[in-house]
Amino acid sequence: MLRRAFPILGVLTAALLSYGLYEALIGAPIEQSMGEVQRIFYYHAPSAWTAFLLFTVNFVASVVYLIRRSIKADILALVTAEVGVVFCTVVLVTGPLWARPVWGIWWTWDIRLTSTLVLWLIYVSYLMLRRFSSSGQTPLMAAVLAVFGALDVPLVYFSIWFFRTQHPQPVIGGGGSIDPKMLQVALINWAAFLCFAGLVCWSRYRLELLQREVEETEALEALLDSGGAP
Amino acid sequence: MNQSLHAAANPIIVIHDLVKQFGRFAALRGVSAEFVAGRLYAIVGENGAGKTTLLRSLAGLTQPTRGSISMLGTTDLRSVCRQLGYMAHPSLLYDEMGGMENLRYFARLYEIQDDERCARTISAVGLDPTLIRPVGQYSQGMRQRMSLARALIHDPKVLLLDEPFSNVDARSARQMTYLLTQLRDAGKTIFVVTHQASQLEHAADEFVHMEAGVIVRRTREWMTAEAP
Amino acid sequence: MSALATLTRASLSKDLRLEWRSKDAINSMLFFALLVVVIFSFSFDPTAEESRRIAGGLVWVAFLFAAVVALNQTWARELRNQVLDAYRVSPAPANALFLAKALGNFIFVIALEAFMTPLFIVFYNLRALGAAYQLLIVSALGTWALVVNGTFFAAMSLRTRSREIMLPLLLFPISIPALLATVEGTTAILTGDYSPKFWIVLLAAYNVVFTTACLLLFDKVLNAE
Repeated sequence: MLRRAFPILGVLTAALLSYGLYEALIGAPIEQSMGEVQRIFYYHAPSAWTAFLLFTVNFVASVVYLIRRSIKADILALVTAEVGVVFCTVVLVTGPLWARPVWGIWWTWDIRLTSTLVLWLIYVSYLMLRRFSSSGQTPLMAAVLAVFGALDVPLVYFSIWFFRTQHPQPVIGGGGSIDPKMLQVALINWAAFLCFAGLVCWSRYRLELLQREVEETEALEALLDSGGAP
Repeated sequence: MNQSLHAAANPIIVIHDLVKQFGRFAALRGVSAEFVAGRLYAIVGENGAGKTTLLRSLAGLTQPTRGSISMLGTTDLRSVCRQLGYMAHPSLLYDEMGGMENLRYFARLYEIQDDERCARTISAVGLDPTLIRPVGQYSQGMRQRMSLARALIHDPKVLLLDEPFSNVDARSARQMTYLLTQLRDAGKTIFVVTHQASQLEHAADEFVHMEAGVIVRRTREWMTAEAP
Repeated sequence: MSALATLTRASLSKDLRLEWRSKDAINSMLFFALLVVVIFSFSFDPTAEESRRIAGGLVWVAFLFAAVVALNQTWARELRNQVLDAYRVSPAPANALFLAKALGNFIFVIALEAFMTPLFIVFYNLRALGAAYQLLIVSALGTWALVVNGTFFAAMSLRTRSREIMLPLLLFPISIPALLATVEGTTAILTGDYSPKFWIVLLAAYNVVFTTACLLLFDKVLNAE
């Protein structure tokens, strides 16, 4: 059943992405003060929401690994971190691209943008740890780091929030209410991104699972291979 | 395997189908054995045979991939760690401190705060407790003996020694061997991993031969024809 | 509980004694700290008015770099002869070792800060307009925040390739809230423009959260193979 769900999800993703693109570029109304540039919001915000969701899954998977040492939890953590970093990168690229034409500055210590930057840094360091650590211990170390990262998130948020009250800065993306049609388009794109993220995570998960099974089989062979120690 | 070597005495260490893999490399490929108390076992074999991995598994420093180790009645090695003494080729000592200072500190890890006892243990391994020279300046023989003192300070029932005679002068090696037999006679169970099995020819109760991650035979003598 | 305290004290005094005896690390660290101060002073040449506003950031970045060099040495002595194996086979609680190392690092980094601060005051003609005693609170909290996670990540880095670059890679992102709070708190006190109270509370919260996390998870990290 799962096998058939994958292509269905693929088709759904493609459909949603196309629909979302159309709505974002043409269907949604033009924003009052910013004009056409504002349309980047339909990629900026849903990417952020997707990234946060993925990192939350990463945190839960890491905790599960710490408690139960489940390989599947470890793979899920790895996968969501990788895809989460990609979406985070999208946020960090679209942010300045939006800010520059509208407010004339590339960067501002906007709370959402800055929090995303710190999150991106934390998860890139997570991926680096995974790459650099000796393979037997990688899942454990990564899970510990993920917990530390998750504990950090509220502290990051509060520190930047207060920093901004001390040093007022422009807010990218506006803070106020949002036109219902615009919200709808954003949500459509979010759904599209979630499906896309699900698709990529699923593929990556299966790939990693297979990879590990191959390694285990090779290890088992090495074990049974009499007197063949390297 | 020569089963008749373990008497009817209850084994204090039971290893069952122990497997340890580091990625694709299988250091231990299913080791099963029983060891009784009050014996000196010499674990011998070529490089890569799995001797050190076996010893570290007994010490609880390495978690098995599969299989189990039961020591002094329990599979939770952490709970009996007070009964274990471990020594390896690196000295496990601080180079910058003197012998007595080192021992005082490591004794603390076992909640022992008895200078007298530290001094006695140092003397027992044939060293001078009043020597203030930092351990980093000791000869290899002295360093190994001090490391043995560290492993003995809490009077463990089981001693695990990995290559204690490596690069050690003949006299120190003889002294250590004699000390080990005394400890064995006092009831301790001792495992010595070594390349120099000849050193223990007259001291060891049993030689455990390992090859490619398994125990291939156990003999009473070092040089002996393979059992039928 | 008291076994933990006794052992922590024994480990800490051993580390301090050894550090004092060799003085290698101390001397090279102090010289490094001096170099950092001088180089920063060349890079930024502010007037007295400006200097108060940027000094907080400069000083703490300088402290951060000095601290990383110190933190990378945390386990050097234990690594040399596989001493950590001796800890692992003993019944000693892992947290005693962690606390001893963290406290040792704390004392060491505070000493560096005490050394570098007068130099900064001289080079930047600094004078605190706010309540100067609060600087001590901010320094203590900010330093502990760095050191507690630094000691923990130094232990994690032991099991990685490129050990010495791994430590700052892991430490810096997680420390951002603490660094921000420390810099802002210091700037608040130096300029006297606003109260550092929020930052002090944030630092305290950060310290509680991460000290707890480190104490809960250190055993797992130490006993990873």
